[in-house]
Amino acid sequence: MTVDLDEFAEAVGTAGPVSCVGGRTSWALGGAIDANAREVRAPNGIVSYRPDEMTVTVMAGTAIHELTSVLAERRQTVAIPPRERSTVGGALAVGRSSILQLGHGHVRDTLLQARFINAGGEIVKVGGPTVKNVTGFDVCRLLVGSFGTLGFFGEVILRTRPTAPVSAWFCAHEVDPFELRRVLYRPTCILWDGYATHVCLQGNLGDVSAQLQVLGPLFKEESDPSDLSRFHFTWKLAPSDLRSFAQGRQPGSFMTEIGIGTAVCHDPQPLTPVDHRVALLESDIKNKMDPLGRLNPGRSPRGATD
Amino acid sequence: MASVIRVAIAQEKSGDTQDLVDRLRGIMGRNAVISHPGEASLYSRDASNMTGVVGAVCFPTSTAQVAAVVGLANQLGRPFLARGSGTGLAGGAVPTGEPIVLVLTRMDKILEIDLDNMIAWIEPGVINLDLTRQLAKVGMHFAPDPSSQQSCTIGGNVANNSGGPHCLAYGVTSPHIAALEVVLPDSSIVMLGSIGDGHGLDLRGVFIGSEGTCGVATKIAVRLTPNPPAVRTLLLAFSDTSAATACVSAIISAGLVPAALEMMDQRITNAVEDFVHAGYPRDAAAVLLVEIDGLPAGCDAGAELVREIGEAHGAMSVRLAADDNERMLLWKGRKTAFGAVARIKPNYYLHDTVVPRSALTAVLQQVYEIADRHDLIVMNVFHAGDGNLHPLLVFDAREPGIMERVHAAGEEIVRASLAAGGVLSGEHGIGLEKRDLMPLQFSPVDLAAQDVIRSCFDPFGLANPLKVLPHGSRCGDSHQAPAGLWI
Repeated sequence: MTVDLDEFAEAVGTAGPVSCVGGRTSWALGGAIDANAREVRAPNGIVSYRPDEMTVTVMAGTAIHELTSVLAERRQTVAIPPRERSTVGGALAVGRSSILQLGHGHVRDTLLQARFINAGGEIVKVGGPTVKNVTGFDVCRLLVGSFGTLGFFGEVILRTRPTAPVSAWFCAHEVDPFELRRVLYRPTCILWDGYATHVCLQGNLGDVSAQLQVLGPLFKEESDPSDLSRFHFTWKLAPSDLRSFAQGRQPGSFMTEIGIGTAVCHDPQPLTPVDHRVALLESDIKNKMDPLGRLNPGRSPRGATD
Repeated sequence: MASVIRVAIAQEKSGDTQDLVDRLRGIMGRNAVISHPGEASLYSRDASNMTGVVGAVCFPTSTAQVAAVVGLANQLGRPFLARGSGTGLAGGAVPTGEPIVLVLTRMDKILEIDLDNMIAWIEPGVINLDLTRQLAKVGMHFAPDPSSQQSCTIGGNVANNSGGPHCLAYGVTSPHIAALEVVLPDSSIVMLGSIGDGHGLDLRGVFIGSEGTCGVATKIAVRLTPNPPAVRTLLLAFSDTSAATACVSAIISAGLVPAALEMMDQRITNAVEDFVHAGYPRDAAAVLLVEIDGLPAGCDAGAELVREIGEAHGAMSVRLAADDNERMLLWKGRKTAFGAVARIKPNYYLHDTVVPRSALTAVLQQVYEIADRHDLIVMNVFHAGDGNLHPLLVFDAREPGIMERVHAAGEEIVRASLAAGGVLSGEHGIGLEKRDLMPLQFSPVDLAAQDVIRSCFDPFGLANPLKVLPHGSRCGDSHQAPAGLWI
């Protein structure tokens, strides 16, 4: 187990294929890692937490539930999917947002600064420690969702957010979820499986009550329905395409995130051709940042989606 | 504002220039290219106090024309520079290397408002406030609201990843851009990003804020933000500045994220009062302008919490704007602050750094001390809620030796901000102004990682050269520094 960034950098080293392991909760994503790759793990632990700044500095190997339980003591949270056993660095490398993305924003907007280990075994700092920063090129956004192919997260500074005073899920059947998206003011999440619509409302008690009036009498409070682990494949679409996605599918055999465009189901999304110039840009970046292809060999941000 | 620093000397190359003008006219017609040197020189600067030299100036109206101009630049090995209204404050649109300047203000159409996907496709020359006014018809707005929003373009906002007072709750430009059509520096046309979450590397995210060094955005999908059903705007007055900054930290610590949390010191509030009579108390050492938006119950609870925290921090007065007129007047004062300083001195230098909110009190004190030490007037009007300082050094450029003092004080302010755990820029960008200060925040290894982006997008260094990254941060040797620039 590595304990600090220097040791982590040394473990990554300068030669040979190497892969970074988190909680292995999304290990199947992005293509199979070359069997010859040495496995390394990022350090773990919360370095500093500043509730009054709404930032937290955390080692990338820290389990998300460990981080969120510390933040919860100060009634704060982070917009990272709270998947069991997964690590902060792993979640950022995969770059998938939480089910509450509609209200809490994309996971990439959570990362303020990163110290990562590059293919040369060096510690590289990108971004900045403050909640607002436009100093130089935004390399943080390149790293989130890069599946560790450009560098391995070592230590990150994340933006936290206040926990809403009230958070509740409501469910109704046979209502139009797209219309709800239009009439509700900034709902936190709307899920739809072709039959049932689940709405998460967060905020001040009076505000949630007022939005519940908008939802209407068909909606009843329910327990959190957002465990979607029974679905194995994720589709990424435009929000307006979700209606056609649902056509011809059995209600309940999928779940869609209204307003986001993400759907989960039991069949993989067909691969769409990538513009060759965009593909060239992506490969140029990979080749410049990892000329020997030693970081997470076999994996790709455009690899098999599930 | 008069130009007070020259960064380059104009060198007439009449033969070359005429040939370039003719070729550009071949692409987009006679009236879309400026040939008169005097007229062209209008595009030799932005809102910073730096000036460069243009090679030629043209006004494309389509993606195809932009691509053709960039293609011509490649053929000639000449740099190119895309610009909007030129409101940038860091010299990002100051021409370097006698570039072909593409002025995108004629690409000003809102192409489509797509409520199903909560986006609008627009051209880069659309003015920020015009967009928000058009979106008001469907109950929406574009959240980033720079102080220059009456004249800045969305293309410029994308280039600078611009902010504004309401970015405290809503974030700067990047999260509000879904996708971009971009003419890359090799003149190929690509789409970066997508309306949904998309696959692959976030090239959209790295393009935003790259200050025109990665190509030219020709169509932009902006995300729409619903207009809030309720807004509460409060003005809190304090008899000392430290109490005001402490109140800022306390509001954030209480778990409240206002839509905006602005601070103005006594010098600036008095200048504003002289100028627009916004109703700010003249006897307060500092005022906080706090805005809470959302649904009514949360707004009322938030406003009450702000009042309680303000009073606990010794606020002289806490005023809740009674109606939209009073609210608009309070904001008019804030947004015209930079114009108001012209009544005091003819020139100003506006800085932009960010510090941790908890360091605001100490760094602000240092800012006053630095200005005193250099015998300068400093005024502070800034985005306190996210620690984004904007010290405004006001002066008369005709005074001998004043610029040396202004620059020395400015650099000390930047160093003090970094020493407090801050960053070089919160929303203005790096441009030329802070390019050579980048090593204060980043090591050579850090800068090399940033240069990977630039060198992949623009291997020949033609797109807005010499900006953002200091000399020596190249990861390759392919960049040629155009001659003729000095600072």
